[in-house]
Amino acid sequence: MNFQDAFFKYLLILGDSSLILAQRLSEWTGHGPFLEEDLALTNVALDTLGHANVLLEYAGKVENKGRDQDKLAFFRNGREFFNVKLVELPNDDYANTIVRQVFMDAFRYHYFKALCESKDPTLSALAQKAYKEVNYHYRHSSWWIKRFGDGTEESHQRAQKALNNLWRFTGELFTPDESEKIMQEEGIAPDLEKIQYIWSEEMNNLMKEATLEIPQNVFMQTGGKQGIHTEYLDYILAEMQSLPRMYPDAKW
Amino acid sequence: MQNGNVLTRDKIFQILNSIPDPEIPVVSIVELGMVKDVIISDKNNVVVQIMPTYTACPATWQIQSDIEKKLKEQNINGKVEIVYSPAWTTDRIQPEALKKLNNYGIAPPQNKITLIDLINGKYQIHCPRCNSTNTTLISPNGSTPCKALMKCNECKETFDYFKCHL
Repeated sequence: MNFQDAFFKYLLILGDSSLILAQRLSEWTGHGPFLEEDLALTNVALDTLGHANVLLEYAGKVENKGRDQDKLAFFRNGREFFNVKLVELPNDDYANTIVRQVFMDAFRYHYFKALCESKDPTLSALAQKAYKEVNYHYRHSSWWIKRFGDGTEESHQRAQKALNNLWRFTGELFTPDESEKIMQEEGIAPDLEKIQYIWSEEMNNLMKEATLEIPQNVFMQTGGKQGIHTEYLDYILAEMQSLPRMYPDAKW
Repeated sequence: MQNGNVLTRDKIFQILNSIPDPEIPVVSIVELGMVKDVIISDKNNVVVQIMPTYTACPATWQIQSDIEKKLKEQNINGKVEIVYSPAWTTDRIQPEALKKLNNYGIAPPQNKITLIDLINGKYQIHCPRCNSTNTTLISPNGSTPCKALMKCNECKETFDYFKCHL
């Protein structure tokens, strides 16, 4: 894998993970448990879409084949998406959405913070803006975890079920593919091992406070970064891409 | 270029100062501190560096086309460059604009009160109408991502608060 291919692939891993998470979160718009929370989660979705926009635009420039962020978002098939599997899983109930979100928020917060030190000026600039935004997201999802876990019997049981279900998808966040390894060697991507260390400690403390138990000895799922997805991704793409594919040159 | 006048940075800033923020039309993009710099590359071409308030601020694209249109009216080829570093903060809003926001009914950023302070209940926000600090948070996310929805317990009006972004 040469530098340019690796850089392009690396930006797709980051950009696709943001894009698909934003798309999933936006499914809650208008369906949130109450109005203020609906607005809060929609804001998180919007910020995350903003990050995807910058990352995919940059990916298009690095690829240098004339594809912009819209071309990359709307005219690739499932096997050409490299997001982690965690973000494509269905929302299910609010506890499940929030457990996934706290995993992603904690990861993205520490990832962007480390990415501020990237040798690539574009990524460093984006990270300086993004980590502040994700800080708010992380606070928001952390509050909810404590509320669910240490709330009623029903909310506790639902949060625990979500935790049991989603934990096996967290390993992929810290399993670098070839492009990430190359980018780390170049000083462009941060060290995933360091981020995993902080992330694990914070998740342990948070779940403890929320009276939830992290499952032990779980086989971790991977494959998203290689374009091998769960069956859920193609359904998201079908919905997300239908309009631009029907009217390829449609303008807002 | 107009009448052989020399393009200056001040002149460009003057033009940009006539472009309102699409979501808060009482203040200009310059007053909001969104213009990082203007680079005059040659006599008819300028690059305007814009710092978006939020990465996903939907108004960014509108602002971009407003700038290009406005400069074109003056026969200037304007190109907009979006810059994320250094990140825009509410400290960049000009003092005059803070007053304008208040008169418009939006409580301007004050005392470094961020979204997190609001949720933690650590705030004393002045109502833009009656100036009372007896105000309550309704929703930390308001009509746009940069604002929160508040209510005044004195004059009973609801109002937007422009959250501090530090």
